[in-house]
Amino acid sequence: MAVGLRRLGQAMAIAVVLALLALLVWRVVRDRDGGAAAALRRGEHPVAPNFRLPRLGPNGTLELKTLRGKAVVLNFWASWCLPCKKEAPLLEAAYRKWRSRGVVVVGVDANDLESDAKRFARRYKLTYPLVHDGPGKWLDDYGLEGFPETFFVRPDGKLSSWTQGELDAGEIEDGIRGALSP
Amino acid sequence: MRRAFVAVLVAGLALSFASAATASEEQPTLAELETEVICPTCHTTLDQSSAPVAQRLRAYIRARIAAGDTKSEIKDRLVAQFGDQVLASPPRRGFNLLAWVLPPVLAIAAAAAVGVLAVRWSRRTAGEAEEERVEPSPELARRIDDELARLDS
Repeated sequence: MAVGLRRLGQAMAIAVVLALLALLVWRVVRDRDGGAAAALRRGEHPVAPNFRLPRLGPNGTLELKTLRGKAVVLNFWASWCLPCKKEAPLLEAAYRKWRSRGVVVVGVDANDLESDAKRFARRYKLTYPLVHDGPGKWLDDYGLEGFPETFFVRPDGKLSSWTQGELDAGEIEDGIRGALSP
Repeated sequence: MRRAFVAVLVAGLALSFASAATASEEQPTLAELETEVICPTCHTTLDQSSAPVAQRLRAYIRARIAAGDTKSEIKDRLVAQFGDQVLASPPRRGFNLLAWVLPPVLAIAAAAAVGVLAVRWSRRTAGEAEEERVEPSPELARRIDDELARLDS
């Protein structure tokens, strides 16, 4: 009886150690994956990770895959980020220029206070769709390393290209043309 | 008399801790909340961070304190926007309750295991010592007696 109990205890201890090791390996592999940005860096063009996030301003949510059929400029930003302030007017201008040609700009405000983000949108008169991801739960899936970062998504939902840091007007144009080209 | 004094002392201490906790809950300070809230980008407490978002959070907390919010209300507002990970200590509910319950349970289990093993080990050692006791041979006993007699003389 005592021997049986001891064996059971040993088996349980080994099982717990193996489970913890498996968790560690899974976590390391997941962290090394690097998200969509790393895939683009490797020359792959995966489907943009789908998200459903609350709209900033109007009620309701926006799900990325509902924009299939349009090229999407997916801009991750935060109101406290200085380069985001500089590129916001350029993104608004690009949205106005391209929206009739099947292009939509989507701003994903992350790691930010909602009230600050709304103030930012008002200040820069942003009319393109904005969503709020306060906890930044989609940042890992996209492999973000900072703000701003912008992904260009083809009409079929696959990622075309990506840029880290502040965009200029030329980079936005190039990104959109790249996403629209077959 | 002494028991009554101790009882009054304990009650007084408990009351003073309770009133301090109530004051902290109803009139929180920025300094204490800075140690209980995590900066979302740098993952350290606000008092350790000078990141832009940490500065915005400090301003937000200051504004909420000025508006008369309690500590729980401020934390709830922050959790609503940034999730549970904005708190330095996990909330005592749901799965996070494990983080509060497991450490003391494991500590008690470990202490009990150490105690049981120590008792078993000491019993076994005593038994083994009993078994290992060997009576000296007549020759050795005679030599010991001689040595002791020599020492006494």
